[in-house]
Amino acid sequence: MQESAPAPLIRFSNVTKEFAKPDGSGSFTAVDRLSFSIEKGEIVAVLGKTGCGKSTMFNLLAGLIEPTSGKVDVTGHDPFQDFNAFRGKIGIVFQNDRLMPWRTALDNVVLGLEILDARRSEAEVIARRWLSRLGLSGHEGDYPHALSGGMRQRVSIARAFAVEPDILLCDEPFSSLDEMTARDLRAEFVRLVKQAGKTAVFITHHINEAMDVGDRIMVFHRPARIAYEARMDAASKGAGRQAIQDEILKVLSLEAGEGMPPVPAVVA
Amino acid sequence: MTLNPRLRQFLQATASTLVLLAAWQIASYFFPHYLFPPVQDIVVRTVRILVTWPELKQVLETAMRIFVGLAGAFVLGSLLAIPIGRYPKIESYITPFLVFLQGIPALSWVIIAIIWFHGTEFRIAFIMIITTLPAFTFQVLDSYRSMSKDLFEMTMSFRPSGWTLFRVLIVPTILPGILTAWKINLGNAARVVVVAELVGATGGVGYELLRQQQLFDMAGALAWTIQLVLFVLVVQQIIVWIENWLLRYRPVSERAA
Ligand SMILES: Nc1ncnc2c1ncn2[C@@H]1O[C@H](COP(=O)(O)OP(=O)(O)O)[C@@H](O)[C@H]1O
Ligand SMILES: [Mg+2]
Repeated sequence: MQESAPAPLIRFSNVTKEFAKPDGSGSFTAVDRLSFSIEKGEIVAVLGKTGCGKSTMFNLLAGLIEPTSGKVDVTGHDPFQDFNAFRGKIGIVFQNDRLMPWRTALDNVVLGLEILDARRSEAEVIARRWLSRLGLSGHEGDYPHALSGGMRQRVSIARAFAVEPDILLCDEPFSSLDEMTARDLRAEFVRLVKQAGKTAVFITHHINEAMDVGDRIMVFHRPARIAYEARMDAASKGAGRQAIQDEILKVLSLEAGEGMPPVPAVVA
Repeated sequence: MTLNPRLRQFLQATASTLVLLAAWQIASYFFPHYLFPPVQDIVVRTVRILVTWPELKQVLETAMRIFVGLAGAFVLGSLLAIPIGRYPKIESYITPFLVFLQGIPALSWVIIAIIWFHGTEFRIAFIMIITTLPAFTFQVLDSYRSMSKDLFEMTMSFRPSGWTLFRVLIVPTILPGILTAWKINLGNAARVVVVAELVGATGGVGYELLRQQQLFDMAGALAWTIQLVLFVLVVQQIIVWIENWLLRYRPVSERAA
């Protein structure tokens, strides 16, 4: 490796993740010898059909599960082994909002800061600011059950951003929202990440969302391996967009035949 | 005519109580008073206990024993349940033991406590704790198990210390179960305590019941029993208030009247 080249912020090297089957009959491979790297400041959109292993890759990256083999490296640490090295460094927006029902919107945003031992008064100021940036002023005292799905997801985005992590991981954060709300939040998300110079991994199963959000798109085939990669620069967001979209569609449709289990023969 | 459901329930309960009291009163006219004392005698005795300090003190003494027993069982039960919840492997060692304990009648514990220990209060506390411990442990364990994996992973993603995880996630998760466990065990403990007081207590509701039996005083026996029932009802209502306040975040359907 050249000395001058900066080490990537995130690097997967030959990562495999197998899950034991519940009936004990061997194991199921969700991620298969996956390798990629992500540079500081990039937003990488990961695209793939449901069940292709995106969330599993995400959990490996977040250090919530351990790879069966291979190496996950984030800023020089193993996120599973050196779990505590990432205190305050990684912010996660999960697929579902995962708000604590017993905490108000404000207290849900305060949670991360509270765990990081911030002073209560400071944490509240920060949380209020994030809630208002995401258009939730006036709802600070509401419990999650009194908020709409879009509002809850915005609270969970505020919770992740409030700790000002270097790396943001988002697992289909807007997939349960209506298209109008999702579009606003997508733009807001990119703005927030770019403004603060953060690095983000954004998982989605919508082609357009991947193209709108990502600086780079990785398309996964099952079991999580990269089938196609594209860089989204000014040209590809403009005139070249259609070509890339066609390419991605082709790659995704290729999998349908290949990845499906054989149809069992019907015995008459 | 439509009645408010609450009011209707209240009227129904009152009606059945009145019928029962009337039947008792009629019985008191046909049987000797040491079998069926008139209702007014029972009421007078019940009120007298509440307004006579030396007698009220005995009710409070018993209440204190119930409370000490429940608090002890709650602390021990939580200390057992949380490690079992975190490390399921130890469950198969502890559960059979608790199930075995659950099968032992309170009266057996009275005998065991008398033989093993000196000191009335210690014996009573021992019996109260040992009889309510299994239920507390299982109930706390159940509510720990109902913890959401999603919320657990979300919380873990901020890398909390063990104590912070306990405070921000585990306590709020098991709180509803704990309150239910207190409500259920309160009734059990009130029934066990009068038996436990047979270990040689010289005061308390159990002791007084024994004395009424020797005096053949039915009105007295009923009046002391009513004290315990009242105690359970009052404390249960207090727990419900605490519950409503602590669990106020829960959505309530407008259909649930
Ligand atoms: N904890 C687990 N145990 C067993 N199998 C799992 C587990 N998590 C995911 N899988 C399996 O791994 C595959 C990929 O799942 P996932 O990563 O959630 O896909 P995606 O997020 O792309 O929809 C699925 O077939 C799923 O059933
Ligand atoms: Mg997923």
